[in-house]
Amino acid sequence: MRYLAVFILSLVFWLLLTFSLKIPNLIIGGLASLLSAAIFSDMYFKTPSKLLQPHRYFWFLIYLAVFIVECIKANFDVAYRVLHPAMPIKPGIVKIRTTLRSDFARTILANSITMTPGTITVDLIGDEFYIHWIFVRSEDPEIYTGMITGLFEKYIKRFAE
Amino acid sequence: MNDMITVILICTGVLFNIFGCIGLIRLPDVYNRLQSATKCVTLGCCSILLGALIHFGIGSAGMKALIAIPILFFSATVAAHALIRGAYHFGTGLDKRTVKDDYKNAVK
Amino acid sequence: MTEFLTVLLYIQIALSAACLYRIIIGPTIPDRMVGIDIFGILVVGICAIIAVQTEKSFILDIGIAWVILSFIGTLTLAKYLSGKKLNE
Repeated sequence: MRYLAVFILSLVFWLLLTFSLKIPNLIIGGLASLLSAAIFSDMYFKTPSKLLQPHRYFWFLIYLAVFIVECIKANFDVAYRVLHPAMPIKPGIVKIRTTLRSDFARTILANSITMTPGTITVDLIGDEFYIHWIFVRSEDPEIYTGMITGLFEKYIKRFAE
Repeated sequence: MNDMITVILICTGVLFNIFGCIGLIRLPDVYNRLQSATKCVTLGCCSILLGALIHFGIGSAGMKALIAIPILFFSATVAAHALIRGAYHFGTGLDKRTVKDDYKNAVK
Repeated sequence: MTEFLTVLLYIQIALSAACLYRIIIGPTIPDRMVGIDIFGILVVGICAIIAVQTEKSFILDIGIAWVILSFIGTLTLAKYLSGKKLNE
């Protein structure tokens, strides 16, 4: 099952990249996908049956829309801080606790934090993310946990847990 | 019409790249520089690639531009985590305006 | 349109000169590595603009390969920074 999932994903990637359905192309792509599935299939997809549940794709699309809006906001935020003559920065490294369990969900959450306004993930030790924040708005752990991860965590929990 | 959209998207991308590079030069320490540069330059290059997708249309070339976008996103963010963690372990000091450092106790 | 794209291409190349400034001047070693990382991403934008300008799509392939190679290079540099061997 895992083997099949990796094989189909790499074959789809190859077909999109070459964008032709000729027979030699299909043979080469199939051989390369078989090889990569044989080597890498034990690294990915701990539970491949999740790939067949359609409601996960729906929440993924909603998450994607929220993420793109946040990403554009992040860029205007950086532009404001950089172009302001006094550079209004107050950096600091804060610690927040996550409720997500699986590795895949945590990776997605860390990448989302990196692309949202003013924050970048430094490390993950146990259950705690360490985050470098360019303008520390609040000293209270409850408030800044809600500010940084509150928006994404509920969507990621629905499609990746 | 397609040409107009292409030029507008590429202009936006180059503008974001300019902001990112100004941040790379102006900001005081390595963590803040990495932050501004990664965000702005990644989104700027994604915008330029989207312009290329609009220009070529759905086809062999357009698909290449579309595939490059998620690869760029994942590689840029993961490289940023690796670099900032490496910089902290290397012992680079934080800027004097830093107000809070929770990571210091965790590393020891 | 082609002339305007040429102007944008020159601006993008000038931005990679800003990265070179950070690589040469940068007070500490991690600063130089940040410069290298950002330079690798900027080159993809240059490749995409050249591809649109000259109507040749194989340049986008160069862009994709450049992203992956620059990613591996940056990971290697980060491993060096945290003081580990390459197989850890």
